[in-house]
Amino acid sequence: MSLDQFLQYLVSGLSQGSIYALAGLGFTLIYAVTKIINFAQGEFVMLGGMLSFVLIRSAGIPMVPALLLSIIIAVAIGAIMYVLAIRSAKKASEVSLIIITIGAAILIRGIAGEVWGVDAVRPPFFTGSETLSFLGARIHPQALWIIGTTIAITIALHLFLSHTMLGKALKACSVNPRAATLVGIDPRAMGLIAFGLAAALGAIGGVVMAPLTLTSYNVGVMLGLKGFVAASIGGFTSPLATVIGGIGVGVIESVAVGVDWGPFTSEYKDAIALVILLVILLIRSGRLAAEERVS
Amino acid sequence: MRKWLCLLLAMFILAAAIPLAGCSNEKEPTKAAYKVGAVFSTSGSQSDLGVPEQRTVDMMVEEINNDGGINGHPLEVIVYNDESDSTKTLSLTTKLIEQDGVLAIIGPTFSGGSLAILDAVKTAEIPNISCAASIKIVTPVAERYWVFKTPQTDVQAIQEIYGYLEEEDITKIGIITDTSGYGASGREYLIAQKGDYGIEIVDDQTFTTGDTNMQSQLTHIKGTSAQAVICWATNKESAIVAQDMVTLGFTIPLFCSHGVANKAFIEQAGDAANGVILPAGKLLVVDDVPSSDPQAKVLKKYRDDYEDIYGEGTVNTFGGHAYDALSMIVMALEEMDEDLSTADAREFIRDFVENDIDAWPGTGGVYTMSPEDHLGMAPGSLALIKIVDEEWTWLQ
Repeated sequence: MSLDQFLQYLVSGLSQGSIYALAGLGFTLIYAVTKIINFAQGEFVMLGGMLSFVLIRSAGIPMVPALLLSIIIAVAIGAIMYVLAIRSAKKASEVSLIIITIGAAILIRGIAGEVWGVDAVRPPFFTGSETLSFLGARIHPQALWIIGTTIAITIALHLFLSHTMLGKALKACSVNPRAATLVGIDPRAMGLIAFGLAAALGAIGGVVMAPLTLTSYNVGVMLGLKGFVAASIGGFTSPLATVIGGIGVGVIESVAVGVDWGPFTSEYKDAIALVILLVILLIRSGRLAAEERVS
Repeated sequence: MRKWLCLLLAMFILAAAIPLAGCSNEKEPTKAAYKVGAVFSTSGSQSDLGVPEQRTVDMMVEEINNDGGINGHPLEVIVYNDESDSTKTLSLTTKLIEQDGVLAIIGPTFSGGSLAILDAVKTAEIPNISCAASIKIVTPVAERYWVFKTPQTDVQAIQEIYGYLEEEDITKIGIITDTSGYGASGREYLIAQKGDYGIEIVDDQTFTTGDTNMQSQLTHIKGTSAQAVICWATNKESAIVAQDMVTLGFTIPLFCSHGVANKAFIEQAGDAANGVILPAGKLLVVDDVPSSDPQAKVLKKYRDDYEDIYGEGTVNTFGGHAYDALSMIVMALEEMDEDLSTADAREFIRDFVENDIDAWPGTGGVYTMSPEDHLGMAPGSLALIKIVDEEWTWLQ
């Protein structure tokens, strides 16, 4: 592997990892506030991409308003999902709620397939497709948009959670819902906000990545899985950890293709993410058990 | 009591009136219709293929019956939609055989469905001309006595690409394939046939269906001495490979499979589609086919007939597969004695297709069926097509 090649693997991995990170941020947010793992998170990434294509190409709306509208519609769907499916199942256990999110994912995917068909589509690039060079590595301008969006969202989310009243209320809810209620925070309103915000994060990821990765009614499955891995590596705790997890998986996957490990070929690329997940889960469950013993 | 009488009377009148009504409208030939069955996927994931197949059959039946049918017998094709679900393909095939008593079955649309009905077709002893891709549908031919197919297979598509590479003195290639069934079988044949054309595969990369970035694999290929890249996958992943090759600044050509021979691929790959070379039916490039080509006439007629009804630019190779399948059965029916029992008629059609389809030009290729070959497509049936300015152009 030459240095040029190594740089290329790194750059490609960085843009792919940013996609995983964007998909993973929503998981972290919802888990932090509601302790639910929302398996419909990948569907919001799909909705963002598909809606942007439909609005730009079929409805002929100019790009910027179309992108904003896509995100707004996805947020509305996220809020509806929370009110109808999660909140109405009042006393359900967390496991039941997680299963409800799987059902919601299947429903959203099914409707999308019926309404929009099964073909993959490509919304237009934000700023053309003239390849950029960086120290011998080449990168698509849309990939820069993806990386930039990931960085911007991470910073914005961090500022929101630690420097605004609403963000602090969300955090309070995640630390101790009962205590939060005592000081006047409504956990159900916080749940609604978390789901809406997570839908927005997913949809933003969807609209930014779709021009490069293409999108279709069923992309949510794969993106949901990789996003889940990213969020697990981050321990579902902080947005920053999720982003590091996502980018880490992307870069390792990419570089692994370049390292010829005897019998290992690119066929094992996907296995790498899952092995990382397994190792992390094993380490973490050990640590959790230790913490429980201490307390 | 009077009520019952009234009802009975009414029924008598109706019973008497129905045949009368039938007679008064009947100007068509009085001979019984020849019934042929078809199972197509006109909805679900395979509908892009199934819809043109059904449209083609509708168009052909109308034309044949307007010309007075087959030796005076009207042609009736009973088409069922299996919704791209192979379980339904099987139950609908059984219905065609047992309930509708058809003489032959064309379709199904996709390989899974076609493989699912092999046993039913064999047990019922009914000829089946499939419109699906897999070579397993007609091999081993000893076990596929009743089954034929019209679409090209991976093997022919790869031979077409390799033949071209040999002419161009390209000997070192990198391949990048999908790990799904389609890509994996393509990879198998790419490796199996390379020796016949003096080709060396210097890099063998794979990806998973749904992957959104192939840059790492392509960077790996770029680091080798490959003079061309062959990608075996369907639309979306092939489009990403094409685009990533542009991003990475590749200067060697990209060859794709016949699976991307549709307009959706060009839309998905955008500018990156330009320069991609793929093997496909000549139907995509009818205007480039010289009049000396044996298929020239049938291609032009089918394209013009189809686009007259369904609109400019709508023709595709999938409808052509159904055209070829139904044409073979119609040719058999034209030669068939009229008073055969259903079982004898089915056997006659099978024997005719196997022995008498000889150098027959269809839309998919020139067919010569035999007991050893139930596809019978001659070399040169496929065209190598290059995408130039987002249009198909014939390379040879």
